[in-house]
Amino acid sequence: MKFSEEKLKKVQEIIERYPEGKQKSALLPLLHLAQEENGGWLSVEAMDLVAGLLQLKPIEVYEVATFYSMYNLKPVGKYLFEVCQTGPCMLKGSDEIINYIKKKLDIGVGETTSDGMFTLKTVECLGACGYAPMMQMGKYYKEHLTPEKVDQIIDECRRTAAQNN
Amino acid sequence: MGRKLLLDKAHIEGIRNYDVYRRNGGYAAVEKAFKMAPADIVEEVKKSGLRGRGGAGFPTGMKWSFLAKPEGVARYLVCNADESEPGTFKDRYLMEFIPHLLIEGLIVSSFALGSNRTYIYIRGEYAWIVDILEQAIAEANQAGFLGKNILGTGFDCQIYVQRGAGAYICGEETALLESLEGKRGNPRIKPPFPAVKGLYDCPTVVNNVETLAAIVPILNIGGEEYAKIGVGRSTGTKLISACGNINKPGIYEIDMTISVEEFIYSDEYCGGIPNGKKLKACIPGGSSVPILPANLLLKTVKGEKRMMTYESLADGGFATGSMMGSGGFIVLDEDQCVVRHTMTLARFYRHESCGQCSPCREGTGWMEKILHNIEYGKGKMSDIDLLWDIQSKIEGNTICPLGDAAAWPVAAAIRHFRDEFEWHVLNPEEAQKRNFGLAHYADPLEVSVA
Ligand SMILES: Cc1cc2nc3c(=O)[nH]c(=O)nc-3n(C[C@H](O)[C@H](O)[C@H](O)COP(=O)(O)O)c2cc1C
Ligand code: SF4
Ligand code: FES
Repeated sequence: MKFSEEKLKKVQEIIERYPEGKQKSALLPLLHLAQEENGGWLSVEAMDLVAGLLQLKPIEVYEVATFYSMYNLKPVGKYLFEVCQTGPCMLKGSDEIINYIKKKLDIGVGETTSDGMFTLKTVECLGACGYAPMMQMGKYYKEHLTPEKVDQIIDECRRTAAQNN
Repeated sequence: MGRKLLLDKAHIEGIRNYDVYRRNGGYAAVEKAFKMAPADIVEEVKKSGLRGRGGAGFPTGMKWSFLAKPEGVARYLVCNADESEPGTFKDRYLMEFIPHLLIEGLIVSSFALGSNRTYIYIRGEYAWIVDILEQAIAEANQAGFLGKNILGTGFDCQIYVQRGAGAYICGEETALLESLEGKRGNPRIKPPFPAVKGLYDCPTVVNNVETLAAIVPILNIGGEEYAKIGVGRSTGTKLISACGNINKPGIYEIDMTISVEEFIYSDEYCGGIPNGKKLKACIPGGSSVPILPANLLLKTVKGEKRMMTYESLADGGFATGSMMGSGGFIVLDEDQCVVRHTMTLARFYRHESCGQCSPCREGTGWMEKILHNIEYGKGKMSDIDLLWDIQSKIEGNTICPLGDAAAWPVAAAIRHFRDEFEWHVLNPEEAQKRNFGLAHYADPLEVSVA
C-alpha cells in the first residue's frame, strides 16, 4: 500500500499542525487516513506505512491502533453498520434494531455478509441519544431507526454498490 | 421563556456561515476582547461565576488564573469536544449548528490565555462535524480573526481540529492530552495538573465546548450581568440534552431557575412522558451520576421542589440526591427496567476502562457479568451484596475518575431500586421473559430517606 501524491500532501499538512518535533501527534489522523485508503481497515502494512511517515517504531503505532475502537484491525464489509446499544438507545429499542439487522442480513454481531457487503457491529454511546435508536454508517449517522428505515438503508446500499460496479 | 445566550441565534437560517453569523452580531466579543488586557478578560470570566460545563463544574475563571506562565514556554488551550458520556449530546449541537460561536469563544479564550496554537479534540465519530468546524475556521481566517497579527494586536493564533478514534476515556483531560500527543489514552497521575504540565509538558487549559462558547456572551454582556442569571452559584445558562422516554428529546438551553418537574412536563421543554406513562426514574446529568426514583427526583428529601441547578440536583448528597454533571438528562418511564439499564452502563464502563488500574479494569467487567446474570434470571441474592461490595472498592481507588463514574450508577441503582434487583432473583423466569421491572416505582411516592 502507498499514499497518493495528494494524500502525501495532506499528510504534510497534518504534520504542520503541531510544533517542531511533535509529529507523533499526527498519528491518530494518519491512521484515519490510512484506514480510509485501505478499504476501511488497518493492515500491518498500513500501520507500518504510517510508522515510516512519522519516523516511529512500528510497535508505537500498533499499541495506539489497538487502543481505539474506531480502527478496524480486520477487514470489514463495504458498509459498516455500527449500532449503538448503550442505555438511552436501549430505552428506545436498540435491541430490536440489532436483532432485526441480524435476521435481515443473516449475520451475527461482528460478522460480515458472505458477499462482503455488510458488517454489523454494536458500539457504545455515539452522542445521538435523543435521536435513538441510531447507528453510524461510514462518516454519517442514521437516526430514528425503524425496521422499515433499516430496509431502506440496506436497499440503498445495494443499489449504490450495483451502480458503482 | 428563559433567557437564551447560546442558542438565541440557532434558529437563524444559514447561521452556520460566517456572513450570516457576523451580520447577527457575531465576532463582537473578539473585537471587544482585543481591546482589553488578557488579565482583564480572565477577571471578567471570574466575575461571571461560569462553571465548567464538561461535568465537574469547576469555576472556569479560577482554572484560568491557575495557568502557569513561565517565560519563553508556549501555553496551550485545548477544547474538549470528546463528548462521549451516555446521555450527553449538547456539544454536538453547538458545533454542528453554530460552529462560529465556538470558534469565536476559542479566539477570545486563546487571547486571554496566550495560546497561539489551540486544538479542538473532537470524538472521532463526529466525522462530519470536523468538516463543519474546519470550514468555520477557514472563514474566520479569511475574515482576519485568526492567523498572524490578528486585528493588528500582534497576537497570532491558529485553531486545529484533532479527531479522536473512539475512546470515552479521552474525554478525561489528561487522557485527552496523551491522545493528542499521539499515544494511547491512558490518564496521567495528577499532580502535576495540566495548568502546570499539560500538552507537550507545557502549561495547558482544557475546557469543554459549551464552557468556551459561553465566553462569548460573557464578554458581550459582561461577567456581572451573566452572573445575575440563574440562582446562587449556578450562574448563566446551561445546555441540557434530554433523552429517553420523553415526548420531545433534544437540546434545551435553560437559565437555572426552573424546577425538574417543569423541565420534564412543560411543553417548552421535554413535553412529558409519551403514551400517558408514568415517570419511574431519571439520571439527570449523564450516565455517571446517580439515578433517582421519581419521588426523589421531583422533590428533595426535605420536601422542597428540586430545581435544575448544580446545588439542588446535588441536594441530599448521594444518599438522596444526584448531580448536574454534563447535563445529559435520561428519563425512564414505568415500563423500563433499572437492572437492564444499569447493565448497559456497566458494559459501557467495562468497554471504556483504559485498563491501567486493577480495581477499574477488573471491577467493571465483574460488575457487568453479575448484572448480566441478574438481568437474565441467573442471579443470586448474594450477588446484590457482592455488586455493592465491588463498586465500593472501585470508588476512590483509581488513577482517574472513570472508576468512580463506573461505581456510582451501580451504587445508586441498588440504593434506590434494591427490590427490583431482588425481584429479578426471585422471579428468574419472569425476568427472562419480560425485560422490565417493577412498575410500582412509577408513581411519585412520599419522600423518605432509605
Ligand atoms: C472518564 C471521563 C470522561 C470525560 N469526558 C468528558 C467529555 O467528553 N467532555 C468534557 O468536556 N469533559 C469530559 N470530562 C471532564 C474533563 O476531564 C475536564 O474536567 C473538562 O474537560 C474540563 O472542562 P470544563 O472545566 O470546561 O468542564 C471527562 C472526565 C472523565 C473522568
Ligand atoms: S480508573 Fe479506569 S479508566 Fe481511569 S486510569 Fe484507571 S483503569 Fe484507566
Ligand atoms: S446511547 Fe446511543 S447514542 Fe447515546
